[in-house]
Amino acid sequence: MAPVVLQMSCVAGLLGGAGLAIFLSRARSATAIVYSLTLAVSLLAFFGSIRSLLGGDISDLTLPIGLPWLGAHFRTDALASFFLVVVNLGGASASLYGLGYGQHEPAPHRVLPFLPAFLAGMNLVVLADDAFSYLLCWEFMSLASWALVMAHHREPGNAKAGYVYLVMASFGTLALLLAFGLLAGPAGDYGFAAIRSAQHTPYAATLVLILMLLGAGSKAGLVPLHVWLPLAHPAAPSHVSALMSGVMTKVAIYGFIRVIFDLLGQPTWWAGVVVLILGGITAVMGILYAMMETDLKRLLAYSTIENIGVIFASLGLALAFQANGLKLAAALAFTAALFHVLNHSLFKSLLFFGAGAVLTATGERDMEKLGGLIHRMPQTSFAVLVGCVAISALPPFNGFVSEWLMFQAVLQSPELPQWALKIAVPAVGALLALAAALAAACFVKAYGVTFLGRSRGTAAETAHEVDRYSLVAMFILAALCLLAGILPGLVIDALSPITTAILGGRMPIQANEPWLSIVPIAESRSSYNGLLVMVFITISASLAVFFIHRFASHALRRAPAWGCGFSDSTPAAQYSAGSFAQPIRRVFGTMLFHARDHVEMPAPGDTRPARLRIELHDLVWEGMYAPIAGAVGYSADWLNRLQFLTIRQYLSLVFATLVTLLLVLAIWS
Amino acid sequence: MQMHSLAFDVSHTLAGGLVLISFMMLYQDRLYSLLNVFAFHAVVLALSVAWQAFVQQAPHLYITAAIALVFKAIVIPVALHRIVKQLGIHRDIESAVGIGPTMLAGMALVALSMVLMLRVTAEADPLAREDLAFALSVVLLGLLVMVTRRNAVSQVVGFMSLENGLVLAATGAKGMPLVVEISVAFSILIAFIVIGIFLFRIRERFDSVDVSALDDYRGEHR
Repeated sequence: MAPVVLQMSCVAGLLGGAGLAIFLSRARSATAIVYSLTLAVSLLAFFGSIRSLLGGDISDLTLPIGLPWLGAHFRTDALASFFLVVVNLGGASASLYGLGYGQHEPAPHRVLPFLPAFLAGMNLVVLADDAFSYLLCWEFMSLASWALVMAHHREPGNAKAGYVYLVMASFGTLALLLAFGLLAGPAGDYGFAAIRSAQHTPYAATLVLILMLLGAGSKAGLVPLHVWLPLAHPAAPSHVSALMSGVMTKVAIYGFIRVIFDLLGQPTWWAGVVVLILGGITAVMGILYAMMETDLKRLLAYSTIENIGVIFASLGLALAFQANGLKLAAALAFTAALFHVLNHSLFKSLLFFGAGAVLTATGERDMEKLGGLIHRMPQTSFAVLVGCVAISALPPFNGFVSEWLMFQAVLQSPELPQWALKIAVPAVGALLALAAALAAACFVKAYGVTFLGRSRGTAAETAHEVDRYSLVAMFILAALCLLAGILPGLVIDALSPITTAILGGRMPIQANEPWLSIVPIAESRSSYNGLLVMVFITISASLAVFFIHRFASHALRRAPAWGCGFSDSTPAAQYSAGSFAQPIRRVFGTMLFHARDHVEMPAPGDTRPARLRIELHDLVWEGMYAPIAGAVGYSADWLNRLQFLTIRQYLSLVFATLVTLLLVLAIWS
Repeated sequence: MQMHSLAFDVSHTLAGGLVLISFMMLYQDRLYSLLNVFAFHAVVLALSVAWQAFVQQAPHLYITAAIALVFKAIVIPVALHRIVKQLGIHRDIESAVGIGPTMLAGMALVALSMVLMLRVTAEADPLAREDLAFALSVVLLGLLVMVTRRNAVSQVVGFMSLENGLVLAATGAKGMPLVVEISVAFSILIAFIVIGIFLFRIRERFDSVDVSALDDYRGEHR
């Protein structure tokens, strides 16, 4: 069976699952049936897409639906296959997790029909091979995910999240619609093959780049179009959050790559600068937002923005190198971006699953009320620890490899001829390094406050380990994080057909390197061996444990710890998320968030406790979105008066309009 | 040639007369006289259509002319007379804008439609050009009557005279099918019935056909 036929059959299976879920949704066994079905279909699609990625076969399919003269075109090539791997891996793990997590769902009939539809939508976007199908599937994906965001619509804030998401999704689709309109040109051939072979004027190419940054960027979460993301992603059930953060943002990146790298032809160098700088800003802003956050799921959503920034920065680098004909460096940056796409989908899904497990066990998302969960939920804690280490880009896990590859590409910048790029690339490199360091700090905070220390509330004290399905899903993802970290050469080689097809160049073959090393450019410049690092870490840690146990005193002594005079402290006196973030808030937040600390000290003799109040402003929201919303509201209020005119005034309006139009006609011609 | 020129002159006169009568409607301040002027308007329209039928040798236009004569010049004015009498409607018309400014506005509208139509239809045949320009003037003046009057009956009259302008335009252009004209005529009749019933209802409820009563009812204040 041709790969595209297999994938489309899987999509049909998912859509059938969605239909089945509508009928079953009130039945008790519906959760198990629907998630088993999506798990099976996603796994099939996953293995099918791996085979077509490695086999390198291109196949297409035209269905007689859609526009009558166009039909619906679907195609799998290397790029689509890779993103299908990401989508279906995320879909399979979310389904497995959902088998357990979904049992706690209060309103399964609001989730079950939409989840398979959402998965089908994401698959279809990647498969689409003409602009019409693409937009249709994109909108289908958006609406299905919107329905999932609104699954718990009575919870405070969710209705607003759904509304903001809907507005931003419509805006993004509008931008995409205009972009494809420009790409199709006056001839109006919407097939991707025709667009690819057409010549695009520099003017049109510039507009398409801007529109794609707006359209795909708003879905992926580029600053300043990110505002919906930290609202909508946490509002959905956790496995859906994982899909939205880990997978749907990647589908948006797929759209960007497909149009800018594949359809638009040879890029210009300044396009690289724009994408690069936007990516760098997004990365730093995203992780700073995450640093300020105390809600576990919102923190993860903000961290998604950071990772999207990293991916976009790599893509910008690839554009800059490609524009200057530096194929090897372009392939390196592009591979880093794709590798990070895969990695982020792995560890962000894992972390959202962990957050969902914490939510199931404690009913709490606020880190300031958690703590000490490592004693109550040891297995979840371990899996989440792996995810935190991976997302903090620490070896030997996968996050390190992709970020390391990206910095290798940044180090190629002296070869670029343009001075703007020579300056911009290292500057953005510094921003990305800052973002990476802040990400580590952020996840130390997230893990430390949530899982370590003592519990800050009764919910955390009485938590229980979650079910086996959820644990298995988390451990599989954790294992994949480790595998991709110690066998990066395999991933890089698997990605090489994409770079060959899109950029016309590829990284050196890594399979021939001894001891599973990876060598991005040449042995003399840099190489990395994840296995070696892991062996070193394992041996040194084991030796340290051995020496401590062997040579330290065995006499067990219990003594009160010295507590600076405050020995009988309550759990509330622990280091909190807010206190952990305080230094960073002082350094960056004063300017970027207008952060202010207010200490309310009671008068002497007053027994009230002193209070520390932190004031934070989201300047993007207040400076950009609030004025727009205000203007729309004001003009709507003003136009509302038209509802209450007298009959004669309505007639006068019609009359005035007619006369004005006639006058225009009289003067114009 | 002589005949053609005569045809042009007569239709020009009739169409111009229609515009003139529209102007007459603008300064009527009694309902009965407004209805009489409207009947006169319809008679001139019927004449104009009949002349077109004669000139274009299009016998079906005679039917249009007959419809205009029977319905617009006789049935509707008589019916409106009876309504006004039955309902005991105040016979004076409250106008929202004074007569002087209304006349000035009407002149401006006629000038506008002349300038526009003569320029837009530069290459059409002269008969149709003049006809269309006058027709547009009649339509605009009908709208002006509707806008400047507060009384529902005079708004109905304004609407009917507007429709007369449409018929004038349609007959000036050659080859408009009879079916369309009949359907237009019937739609006007139905509109008349609907508006008549509407008038009764307003009258029943508010003891007045001044449409501002409706606005008070909606809780609005001008």
